[in-house]
Amino acid sequence: MMNPRQNEKKVDYAKVIQTDEFKSLVKRKKKFSTPYVILFFIVFFTLPILTSYTSILETRAIGWMTWTWLYAFGIFIMVWVLTSIYMNKAKEFDKNVEEIIKKHVVK
Amino acid sequence: MSSISIIIFIGVIGLTLGITYWAAKQTTTASDFYTAGSSLTGWQNGMAIAGDYLSAASFLGIAGAISLNGFDGFYYSVGWLTAYLVVLFLVAEPLRNLGKFTMADMIGARFHAKKVRGAAALNTITIVLFYMLAQLVGAGALIKLLFGLDYWLSVLLVGFMMTIYVLFGGMTATSWVQIVKAVLLMAGTIIISFLVLLKFNFNFVGMFDAMRTATPHGEAFLHSGVVYKDPIGLISVLIALVLGTAGLPHILMRFFTVKDAKTARSSVIYAVWIIGLFYILTIFLGFGAAKFVGVDAIVAENAAGNMAAPMLAGVLGGDALESFVAAVAFATILAVVAGLVLSGASAIAHDLYGEIIKKGKVTEKQQVNAARIASLGVSFVSILLALGAEKMNVAFLVSLAFCIAASANVPTILFTIYWKRFNTTGAIASMLTGLFTALLLVAISPNVINPVEGAAFFVGDPIFPFGNPAIISVPAGFLAAIIGTLVSSKSKDEISYEEVKFKAETGYKELEN
Repeated sequence: MMNPRQNEKKVDYAKVIQTDEFKSLVKRKKKFSTPYVILFFIVFFTLPILTSYTSILETRAIGWMTWTWLYAFGIFIMVWVLTSIYMNKAKEFDKNVEEIIKKHVVK
Repeated sequence: MSSISIIIFIGVIGLTLGITYWAAKQTTTASDFYTAGSSLTGWQNGMAIAGDYLSAASFLGIAGAISLNGFDGFYYSVGWLTAYLVVLFLVAEPLRNLGKFTMADMIGARFHAKKVRGAAALNTITIVLFYMLAQLVGAGALIKLLFGLDYWLSVLLVGFMMTIYVLFGGMTATSWVQIVKAVLLMAGTIIISFLVLLKFNFNFVGMFDAMRTATPHGEAFLHSGVVYKDPIGLISVLIALVLGTAGLPHILMRFFTVKDAKTARSSVIYAVWIIGLFYILTIFLGFGAAKFVGVDAIVAENAAGNMAAPMLAGVLGGDALESFVAAVAFATILAVVAGLVLSGASAIAHDLYGEIIKKGKVTEKQQVNAARIASLGVSFVSILLALGAEKMNVAFLVSLAFCIAASANVPTILFTIYWKRFNTTGAIASMLTGLFTALLLVAISPNVINPVEGAAFFVGDPIFPFGNPAIISVPAGFLAAIIGTLVSSKSKDEISYEEVKFKAETGYKELEN
């Protein structure tokens, strides 16, 4: 795959991923996304569970719009909000990535 | 057909052919062909993702489903939109960081074994064929209804057009056709929605009130449970919708048309806004059609409700709007099948031929030629299959494609990035188990064996109760990955997880010269 006569020295990945900066990046990324991933799966699958097994969403909320619809609209809003949150957070991670590459890879 | 309809149709076809002509002149390298030279910007790719995603199933299918089944039709909108959170949070960036042209590239970045790449290519081709068949059968039915052309002629027409786009314009043409189509589709949908709201005096809540008496379902129209009476069956469908997207080859391939992970990410964000807006508007399409066209008229035209949106346009805006919407639907199908041909062809030309048979030793010219020949092959086979599949249920084919994607691809994609211990045996076990479990369970499901005569291929009691087997086959895919990994010893020839991990997180690439 890699050209053996490549000019650049092969990066020592085992070493790079042990650096504090990289470890902290991965940890912060995980800490950031895990709760959101769990959250959106729970929010999403709660809808069919509530509509199938209970009738609490079947009551009228505004006019003849039931809570089922409002919950579904809530999921739309959740999707938009979470994408915005992700976008903002990712910019911060981008900066860290640049720093790591500058410090540990490209010398 | 009125002259305005003909003008609008010729306009849409001329525009897309013009794009193809322009793109053909820029497509010289394999990278141009597969990924438009990775030159798209975030919003362009976002529009193209939206274009790829808002297929006939979304535009014609959901509008019809809501008009016939009320809230149960809207589940598709909610599920397909939420799927993008899975893509954004878990898949988009690492995929872009590790891959080059195809999904198999990304798995191949960690496991060099040919078998792994082969299994990934097999999944891609299977998914593409089912998805494509659905679109082509749908297109045939649509054009047959609109122009009264014979089914076989309609399929040949669409098949011929898509082959032209892909063969000459590659990904550049396909992407720009998607972008143009996304703009037209949004414009059409917004106009119809506005007209529907106008009819309801801009009273959004009042619209719900009016829907209570607009359909034979009565008040049940506004509640969940018209179609999905069985909770497990419903959850199974939703699992396939929400996870399937992250394993669809033609969507994943879009992440390689941009220059880096940052742009891949921003393209998902644009896509999420456009797709979200569209899916909200499906309420107006569905409600409007149920109220102003009427359920009887919709069903009389097409039992699955597929003509609801064009018919609604006709009622609200006359011939011109109906023709415009029909032309957009036509462009929608063309653009989506072109994207599908391209991802199927890339699995054959790049993965099977280039990487496995030729071991990566192919010249640029050979690669482009192989890609074009593979595109022709995929087009030919899918047209042939579509000609024999006129009576097949379109929704069944699409849900099968989503189910295979969710069961066979998603576990491997996730574990490749996030699980250190994962190995080749696990990857192959997962991909094959997911694929065959999904296929087998569908083969014994009500979609194939149904007590109602004419509803499926065989008359009888289905062995497996749910139309969509994701609730079994997705866990099976994950489980096979785990068991396969744990029972096998770690093979030596793999690239270190450290390298994959570093590249996936940072997007760093060594210079390959």
